[in-house]
Amino acid sequence: MSLFDHSIKEIEAKLHNKEITVSDLVDTSYKRIHEVDDKVHAFLTLDEESARAKAKELDGETDTTAKLFGIPAGIKDNIVTKGLRTTCASQFLRNFDDPLYDATVVDKLHAEKAVTIGKLNMDEFAMGSSNENSSFTPTRNPWNTDYVPGGSSGGSAAAVAAGEVLFSLGSDTGGSIRQPAAFCGVVGLKPTYGLVSRFGLVAFASSLDQIGPLTRSVEDNARVLEVIAGHDKMDSTSANVDIPSYTEALTGDVKGLKIAVPKEYLAEGVNPEVKEAVLEALKVYESLGATWEEVSLPHSKYAVATYYLISSSEASANLARFDGVRYGVRSENAENMIDMFKKSRSEGFGEEVKRRIMLGTFALSSGYYDAYYKKAQKVRTLIKNDFDKIFEEYDVVIGPTTPTPAFKVGEKIKDPLTMYANDILTIPVNLAGVPGISIPCGLSAEGLPIGLQIIGKHFDERTVYRTAHAFEQATDHHKKRPQIGGAN
Amino acid sequence: MAEITKEQVKHVANLARLEISEEEAEMFTDNLSSIIQFAEQLNEVDTDGIEPTTHVLDLKNIMRKDEPRQWITREEALKNAPDQKDGQFRVPSILSE
Repeated sequence: MSLFDHSIKEIEAKLHNKEITVSDLVDTSYKRIHEVDDKVHAFLTLDEESARAKAKELDGETDTTAKLFGIPAGIKDNIVTKGLRTTCASQFLRNFDDPLYDATVVDKLHAEKAVTIGKLNMDEFAMGSSNENSSFTPTRNPWNTDYVPGGSSGGSAAAVAAGEVLFSLGSDTGGSIRQPAAFCGVVGLKPTYGLVSRFGLVAFASSLDQIGPLTRSVEDNARVLEVIAGHDKMDSTSANVDIPSYTEALTGDVKGLKIAVPKEYLAEGVNPEVKEAVLEALKVYESLGATWEEVSLPHSKYAVATYYLISSSEASANLARFDGVRYGVRSENAENMIDMFKKSRSEGFGEEVKRRIMLGTFALSSGYYDAYYKKAQKVRTLIKNDFDKIFEEYDVVIGPTTPTPAFKVGEKIKDPLTMYANDILTIPVNLAGVPGISIPCGLSAEGLPIGLQIIGKHFDERTVYRTAHAFEQATDHHKKRPQIGGAN
Repeated sequence: MAEITKEQVKHVANLARLEISEEEAEMFTDNLSSIIQFAEQLNEVDTDGIEPTTHVLDLKNIMRKDEPRQWITREEALKNAPDQKDGQFRVPSILSE
């Protein structure tokens, strides 16, 4: 049994009782990384020297009450870390070794004494659903390395699943926390848009991006969110709301909870094993005193098209900053400045990033703006209204996180539209801006994890966590571990 | 609509400051055509009188006082730059010689 089979709360007690030290925790991380990461490829950059020094420093402290005292964490590589290489898994930023500041979420983790172990692999600039768009080595699924870990936060999910860190941070624009959490059998939350500061998150689609935690249990997840949530004057889109205690919401009680199950989420195209696992989960909720009814999110079938127009448009604007002037890799072959922009970007960006920039530039270009971008924004309103209407009557929406368990490496990478369709159940949540969590709810016949998605009202993470936690308490899906490198 | 030409793709690449090969131009013509064709399904949706959503939260522009404060030094700002001279970013000449 690994130390990382314990919850953060249990580890806190062990540290307090001097059963273990922070150095033991950091050791556990690097030992496991050296054991399995040449197969999993979850990490792009390790920060071993600083982490060990930090552990020593923390072991000398008498007050161990910080919320994440000594807890080893992995950070997705699109979250800026001061002095620690931050690449977004892009060749363009392969030499961005010395970022000038920490993202607000990283500041907050450090303020609560978490220890950064390293930076986690991802699809380049968070564009992708399989990690195959990492311009370094793609991450593999720890449950079966022939399969993808999901994306774009594939490294964040795989590192937690493989027992390399106790928790990680990811980012979710269209499912990039929840989909890999589902594929790797861990807990991943996309908070309400605006709950967590985006300052220091390399922007992909600014109206959709949110940072959130990936953990082995709901309780740990709630604990990390308590640390990273909150208004930040450095991000004017972060919401000025009071942050309640999320861990206190974990009562195990869902009596009288009203669950909505959209028929579109169990329709054709959803794998029978996934559907079965979700229906089983609903039975568990019934046995706990909750009720569920079938509802409709009539505009959800338009979500994928809406999302790709909006997110690519925003991305084409956001990625204009990569010009080879202030940071990143500049092409050596340029004759003049415009040529330098073009060559640096073309040599530095991978194919999917170029495809999204091209799509977004097209959708925003003169003559097409109203037909595509503005039309998509109007459909977005209808998608959001669908959720608003359901939440007038129900407490949560439940369905699968993904239509299928993890797919094989190479299976979908050749056809962009097939890859995009994989996000059909997670994308509507980003468009509506509501919170959603994925928790493990079973294994397929092939032994791959299946994720249950629980969606809540704006800023009602408490109910989302309470619902997720009650299921976790009543089942043991979250205790299953991949067997890579021996049990972990 | 939905038919996107290779010429359009090259024009868009120029707007996006991307240099693409003939092969890439063909691939992106195919890709963009099928993605845009897929997106045409939004035309089925009646959006008359529907306001576009740019942002899900009810936020208005947020103002702060325009006050200088210590952030980073010139040296720090330059330390990740591909090229610099005399404390400034250096770029190739704007016009070719």
